[in-house]
Amino acid sequence: MYTQSFNVPDAPGGKAVAPVPSKEDPALQAAFDTRIDADGRIEPQDWMPDAYRKTLVRQISQHAHSEIVGMLPEGNWISRAPSLKRKAILIAKVQDEGGHGLYLYSAAETLGTSRDQMLEGLHSGRAKYSSIFNYPTLTWADVGVIGWLVDGAAIMNQIPLCRCSYGPYARAMVRVCKEESFHQRQGYEALLVMMTGTAEQKAMVQDAVNRFWWKCLAMFGPPDADSPNSVQGMRWGIKRISNDDLRQKFVDATVPQAKVLGVTLPDPDLKWNEERQHYDYGQIDWNEFWETVNGNGPCNKERLATRVKAHNDGQWVRDAALAHANKQKARSIKEAA
Amino acid sequence: MTTELKEWPLWEIFIRSKQGLEHKHCGSLHAADARQALEMARDVYTRRQEGVSIWVLPSAAITASNPDEKGELFDPAADKIYRHPTFYEIPDEVGHM
Amino acid sequence: MSAAIDYLLHLADNALVLGQRNAEWCGHGPILEEDIALSNVSLDLIGQARMLYQLVATLKGGDATEDKLAYFRDTGEFRNYTLLELPHHGPLSGYAHSSLDYGTTIVRNFLYSALMALLWEALAKSNNTDLAAIAAKSLKEVRYHLRHSRDWLVRLGDGTDESHVRVQASLDHLMPYTQEFWAHSPAEAAAVKDGIAVDLNTLKADWDAIVDAALEEATLQRPKAGGYVPEGKNGVHSEHLGFLLAEMQSLARAHPNGVW
Repeated sequence: MYTQSFNVPDAPGGKAVAPVPSKEDPALQAAFDTRIDADGRIEPQDWMPDAYRKTLVRQISQHAHSEIVGMLPEGNWISRAPSLKRKAILIAKVQDEGGHGLYLYSAAETLGTSRDQMLEGLHSGRAKYSSIFNYPTLTWADVGVIGWLVDGAAIMNQIPLCRCSYGPYARAMVRVCKEESFHQRQGYEALLVMMTGTAEQKAMVQDAVNRFWWKCLAMFGPPDADSPNSVQGMRWGIKRISNDDLRQKFVDATVPQAKVLGVTLPDPDLKWNEERQHYDYGQIDWNEFWETVNGNGPCNKERLATRVKAHNDGQWVRDAALAHANKQKARSIKEAA
Repeated sequence: MTTELKEWPLWEIFIRSKQGLEHKHCGSLHAADARQALEMARDVYTRRQEGVSIWVLPSAAITASNPDEKGELFDPAADKIYRHPTFYEIPDEVGHM
Repeated sequence: MSAAIDYLLHLADNALVLGQRNAEWCGHGPILEEDIALSNVSLDLIGQARMLYQLVATLKGGDATEDKLAYFRDTGEFRNYTLLELPHHGPLSGYAHSSLDYGTTIVRNFLYSALMALLWEALAKSNNTDLAAIAAKSLKEVRYHLRHSRDWLVRLGDGTDESHVRVQASLDHLMPYTQEFWAHSPAEAAAVKDGIAVDLNTLKADWDAIVDAALEEATLQRPKAGGYVPEGKNGVHSEHLGFLLAEMQSLARAHPNGVW
């Protein structure tokens, strides 16, 4: 499961977000604010400001899209998994990502946007998803590193969301987080085993860490200073911890894990800061991040085209199921008559 | 019969986690019909032995109370504290009652 | 002993090859819910393959392991039905490519699950108690696979005009491959003689009944079986298995001393 605390706007146009009109009544607004300030929960039928609804739909659907697109880089290795045990684990893991996407689409649907509308946003290229999935998985070690680092980063992001102000999103996150710790542990354990293997295997692990480390740091989203939407998200209780704080937490947790694993992290500036009681780390390449978010990473076009193809190729199957259900309904009405 | 093809309808899923417990709402999914909704609920929501029984219900079939009426619906119960056992003081020597 | 090994490998290869094929849908299904369902089918099949290979490895002794059996045998040593190695689309030469077709997937899963629902039930009484235990577990799994594929067969057959035509074509393509179920194989005959396996021809009438009832509900025509009888279970395969194994085994063979 992956999220990017994205505060990244979707491209304008289309109807990816179909807000249910709500009258902006000052009394309702005040009641909403009071509940949010008291750390209360908002449920689907409650009055909510349009901006809150829109932001949630964007955030949850981006999160769902990330899960679905995120099936592809790891799915890339299912057919070549080097043992039957790892094959089964990987299928179960990628399947879970599909499940997480489904929970999240369902949560977003409670806000009055259909899954088809959200998919249309993804397929047209307007809706964003986590930048990390636009990088290729070049070796089997990438599967382990995605579990360890990418899922590890995602968990950092998602645990606070279990307490987010929107009930259906928070509940989806609880379910997701329960399943997620398996993902990180299986990845880390796969790498641990490889590090006991041949020199080629160890080199494979180090190479994967080198390629993914900086991308994982960028996953937490732009620095707080460049994230104006973050403040509003925090105010609404749909973002609990700032991008930079989460990133720091991730670095602090990961450095000792890397040591146990026996790999180095590719950052010469990475060192313990006694005064801050945190690890310092080097400069993230935000140009590359934005290029990738905006569609110009190494795999953006392939990922999107693959999702579109699966959806289009499946149209006749979905149509058939619906046509059959309608025929059955018509038959049972006829029989009853 | 409608010939217009559109998105599969949404279903609400309720799972009984073990014999003796009630079915609890756990989420929703899309399916063309009830039988398919059951099968998909099995695949989506019981991958980790979360259930021994499943109910599915078309989301459209749910009638929900209106949040605007929360006051008149639920607040009147707030002052009926005499419905709760702790309202009554019983001498200690009576023991558990 | 060797009769048991050959027969168990046939069952294991069936499960692995179909599990491998079905897993190709992971991330590409017609709808998210179906991705998840098919992944479950794959996980069951790979789980069956692992139990069977482990049993073979125990019988063989030495340095045999489930992964050696899965990753270090060549095409001619695989004993799966040819039906199960075919790609998810209509007839094409080995190195030709086409999109995944859900109709092919469903028809194949149905034809095979209908057989295995009967066979696992019979094998649950095998005089090889290890196999009997695997069969009892697999029976529950395959009953769900049969239900899943049969329901979809009916939906596609009795769905839209397009889906009807497409799934009929898949059926026409795949049905002839089922002749292999009933064909003679020395390994099967030996296993039947030892009381490990059952003669599949005793299950044919039941299989026909399951298939015919489903096809009628699906408004599909049962094509006449005939012509070439495939021999995958004797190690003579289509062009497709070589590609499937080349992909599946590539990483394990590139690092023969690797640990995973």
